[in-house]
Amino acid sequence: MNKKRVCTLVDVLVIVLLFALIAFADTKLNSFDILAKILQKGAVFALIAVSMNLLNGFTGLFSLGQAGFMLLGAYTYAIFTIPTTEDRLAVYKYYTMTMADGTETGGLVQFALPVAAAILLAGLVAAVFAFFIGLPVLRLKSDYLAIATLGFAEILRAICQWKGLGVLTNGSNQLRKYPYFKSILPYFLISGVCIAIIALLIRSTYGRAFKAIRDDEVAAEAMGINLTKHKMIAFVTSSFFAGVGGALFAMYQNTIQAKPFTTTLTYEILLIVVIGGIGSISGSVIASFLYIACSEWWLRFLDADGVIPGVTRNGFRLVVFSAVIMIIVLFFRRGIMGDKELSTYRLLGGLTPKKKKEVSGK
Amino acid sequence: MSKNLLHVENVTMQFGGVVAVNNLTLDVCEGEIVSLIGPNGAVKTTAFNVVTGVYEPTNGLVSFDGKTIIESFPRGKMKKAYAGENRGMYTHRIVRTPDKITKLGIARTFQNIRLFKSMTVFENVLVAMHMRKKSNLFTATFMLNYKEERAMRAEVEHLLSEVGLLDVRDELATSLPYGMQRRLEIARALATKPTLLLLDEPAAGMNPQETDELTAFIRYIRDKFGVTIFMIEHHMNLVMDISDRIYVIDFGKLIAHGTPEEIQNNEVVIKAYLGGSDDV
Repeated sequence: MNKKRVCTLVDVLVIVLLFALIAFADTKLNSFDILAKILQKGAVFALIAVSMNLLNGFTGLFSLGQAGFMLLGAYTYAIFTIPTTEDRLAVYKYYTMTMADGTETGGLVQFALPVAAAILLAGLVAAVFAFFIGLPVLRLKSDYLAIATLGFAEILRAICQWKGLGVLTNGSNQLRKYPYFKSILPYFLISGVCIAIIALLIRSTYGRAFKAIRDDEVAAEAMGINLTKHKMIAFVTSSFFAGVGGALFAMYQNTIQAKPFTTTLTYEILLIVVIGGIGSISGSVIASFLYIACSEWWLRFLDADGVIPGVTRNGFRLVVFSAVIMIIVLFFRRGIMGDKELSTYRLLGGLTPKKKKEVSGK
Repeated sequence: MSKNLLHVENVTMQFGGVVAVNNLTLDVCEGEIVSLIGPNGAVKTTAFNVVTGVYEPTNGLVSFDGKTIIESFPRGKMKKAYAGENRGMYTHRIVRTPDKITKLGIARTFQNIRLFKSMTVFENVLVAMHMRKKSNLFTATFMLNYKEERAMRAEVEHLLSEVGLLDVRDELATSLPYGMQRRLEIARALATKPTLLLLDEPAAGMNPQETDELTAFIRYIRDKFGVTIFMIEHHMNLVMDISDRIYVIDFGKLIAHGTPEEIQNNEVVIKAYLGGSDDV
């Protein structure tokens, strides 16, 4: 027990050290550096992947609506933080409104929230939508649930691009000029806090109920666990954090538009979850950084002409990347971490030979 | 006779045109061990599923501890298709999901063991504590309920020691030998603090020695936890040994009920199920 406690302390220290390292990196890297961008995007995707893992990995609900909730978060954040009237006029130039006194203003929202409040609101909006989508959708199981959530995500995207809501969403045009973090640390801090909350939720009594539902719905219900209620809690919580992740994603991108929030984005996140290990938070986080680094950076050199003469050309990295993913999915089916968590205790335990299992069948 | 705990009245369960459970009426009194026997396909498990809220009966009523917990009458398509008896006798519709039934104090085990595969023995039982928690999502997440959590864990530890599973508390539930998995499933059901425990073929797939242990174990938990036991079982030795009363059903219909002696000498039962008295 005591050894476990020491190991947990080491874990915490390592995490603090990592954050210190990020803070240090902030002073060295400028915000256009590829490493800075990778770290920012990695942190954002880590949060979204963990939120998806809460649903798919821990509660056993195969949902593919994550891109939709990200979109809600991203739009909520962008809409409510464009700082000045001039900025709004520039952004909503096709959707100006004429006020009573004859002045022209852009868009419907004529105020700006503080960044922190807007991020929270982004999560809340996603959560509220999740609640109402969840009412009909959570009655479905496995593939049907996946299809239904996928459909809702696509509908949300289509609605955001609709001209009729232009005064709010700017139609299919970009939202921009909202505040965003230039340094890396804020992304890590927000993402880190959110992931920590999800981790705490999973190790609480509610988390155990989620896992029970994942393992055996019938038995879970027979143990007095209200399926509807607990599935809804998981769905809404997951969507809340996907919304917060969406807000961070909007910041990372500087401009936001409904177009990238397609099913492909959901699949990308699903891929991260699968590579990291379904049912492992640390797995999702590690996989997120690896995935982003691989897809955006490490394989870049393959895009140059002539690395392998006649073969490599612009876009070739995607071919290699797909092959790498196929290999991972074929040979590491349980992902990097399986359903285990990375911790000092486990690392040390892995080094010493395991005690032989003895089960007395008395 | 002591207080009537579970009362199943005229329950009919019809799937499409098939009347599975036909007008079943039975009672289980406090402190008893009652068995439900019958040949394969006699829909014993379906009867359990009606009592635990998995299926809504087509017609009939179930009451528990003097309170009606489930009541239904033919509705919708069944209005026309209903082929059972006592049409029009029940006019209310009371349905409860299995978790609500469990909260009322009816716990159950399953014919094919349904343990939580990814969890240890300890966690399996700990899950059953969830339904009585006082903490909410917020306090549970931020560990403000640490007192309750500690109490839960202590309670589970106590329960495990009482059923003799404390040695294996950190083993994966599915890595246990079969007999212990059965015992764990019963322990998990007991953790919901039931007054009535439904056991669905607890001795299925057990060898004679394991069956004997189970017989002793069922008696032990009845006395120790003060639960009433209602079980489905095929092992006649076990059934005749521990049952206070036995209900026999065949093709969804009650064909006999009485004490073990009465059942063993009942012509109808011998013909339908036991198949010759030397078998018993």
